[in-house]
Amino acid sequence: MRALRRLLDNLHPLFAKGGRLENLYAVYEMVDTLFFSPADRTRVAPHVRDGVDLKRVMTAVVFAAMPAAVFGIWNVGFQANSAIQALSLAGPDDWRGLVLTVLSVGYNPASLWDNMWYGMVYFLPIYAVTLAAGGFWEVVFAAVRNHEVNEGFLVTSLLFALILPPAIPLWQVALGISFGVVLGKEVFGGTGKNFLNPALTGRAFLFFAYPAQISGDAVWTAVDGFSGATPLAVGTSGGMAAIAASDVSWMDAFVGVIQGDLGSTSALLCILGGLILIFFRIASWRIILGVFLGMVATSLLFNFFGTNYTPMASMPWYWHLVVGGFAFGMMFMATDPVSASMSNTGRWIYGALIGALTVIIRVANPAFPEGIMLAILFANLVAPLIDYGVVKANISRRRRREGLA
Amino acid sequence: MDDLFTLFIQVVFVENLALSFFLGMCTFLAVSKKVETAIGLGAAVIVVQALTVPINNMIFQYLLKPDALEWAGITGVNLEFLGLISYIGVSAALVQILEMTLDKFFPALYHALGIFLPLITVNCAILGGTLFVVRRDYDFVQSVVYGVGSGLGWALAIVLLAGLREKLKYSDVPDGLQGLGITFITVGLMSMAFMLFGGIQL
Repeated sequence: MRALRRLLDNLHPLFAKGGRLENLYAVYEMVDTLFFSPADRTRVAPHVRDGVDLKRVMTAVVFAAMPAAVFGIWNVGFQANSAIQALSLAGPDDWRGLVLTVLSVGYNPASLWDNMWYGMVYFLPIYAVTLAAGGFWEVVFAAVRNHEVNEGFLVTSLLFALILPPAIPLWQVALGISFGVVLGKEVFGGTGKNFLNPALTGRAFLFFAYPAQISGDAVWTAVDGFSGATPLAVGTSGGMAAIAASDVSWMDAFVGVIQGDLGSTSALLCILGGLILIFFRIASWRIILGVFLGMVATSLLFNFFGTNYTPMASMPWYWHLVVGGFAFGMMFMATDPVSASMSNTGRWIYGALIGALTVIIRVANPAFPEGIMLAILFANLVAPLIDYGVVKANISRRRRREGLA
Repeated sequence: MDDLFTLFIQVVFVENLALSFFLGMCTFLAVSKKVETAIGLGAAVIVVQALTVPINNMIFQYLLKPDALEWAGITGVNLEFLGLISYIGVSAALVQILEMTLDKFFPALYHALGIFLPLITVNCAILGGTLFVVRRDYDFVQSVVYGVGSGLGWALAIVLLAGLREKLKYSDVPDGLQGLGITFITVGLMSMAFMLFGGIQL
């Protein structure tokens, strides 16, 4: 650690004003504050004394997402190897297969080792491309606009990688994260100044621009020539009966041994990560509970009044919770403090709106099997207005209390 | 009844005049800086739209359509070429009445809206709504639903945009994009989020 500090101190003149690499100061600052707390101190009042700054908040989110990510990597391998074994297909015949052959990794779904490696050769390139492409824009904007590299990017990049299907082409990954970072965040001035969740903006852009690679049945398992519907898609076409007929149990879906996005299949580990965030007071429990209650209320309404409406209408709430990206979206996406409502009452409304819209889209919109992504983006639009209403209501309540109105 | 409800949802969210047809953009971009004014203008558009669309549709159905004058015993007449001027005339008259009403009863809103109130007359959202209804040959009830719904959708969009712009006041937008530039980007992102309703079946 001390050697690192010395190294950074030695490099400092190079990046400081007048140094040769002055333009890249943002990069230096990013590396420095990733390992050490910043040297700048507030000298005049008001003070906020806390060890947790924005960078630590973001790091905590990354740690909370880790269990889901690691499980997701295993699951990619497990799903693929199961398919390979069941249909006696060949492994990937591109460079990924080459890597696996060089490492002499087999294709046995029962082997933790094989599954992890298989998942790794799919997850790591996606994550690396996300970091490279998104990081490139971050540094360009930081250097040109003379601000620091936004801490939020650590989170955005990981969450973005986790909500992509494993077999997505890498150039699309680069395009998506570029759209999310530049148009979703940087044109507004960076973290804290945007109004949409950047990771979801990027994914929604890919979803509408290249639907073939991010929806349908063929993309969720990283094996050529294998196509399998996610439980959510099965439910959309055939309802609960079809899910019961496929050999996916509720427990499978809860633990996450199902097909789906890279890192959002495991409701269990997403909820675990969410509890960590609530414990450290990073995520708002009001939003999370609001999403949950909105989802439960809306799915109960459909269960009671509209069961013959679409096949999906009969899906009970505890299934809605575990299929698709609901748990992940509820815990990691809806709670993004920048794009959510800021007032406590507003957070309840914002959350409930997301939960309700998610179920409505899943049930009533056969065009999109998954609803939470677009529900959160839509709620992001409404969030400032919700706050506006809450503030107005507060003002008029106080005026009445004081007998002014 | 179900059809009318579907039509309503369709026109408010899916075929949103502002966010999916990009109609009425000048007012949409200019009067969306504050939520309060946006609500006022939105309400005005709802009123105008709810009145002009059915009235214009009736004018089309009973006066202008080929052989529409059969009820008066006149056949073989096609007055469709008078369509645009009659529709604009109707909306101009309604906006005049609305303007006088606002000036009398809500002077604050009247001054906040300024020039954009009379401009509702030539707002393409108003004319666009009428033309959609006429083209689709809606009956009276459908045209009322369409009028109210399209006005409501436009009002919803402008109020949402105003909320976002109030929030974006605290943003640090690059110099070249200040003002209208960032608003265009915002509206684009909004219409992407609105695509969530595309394909909804109720």
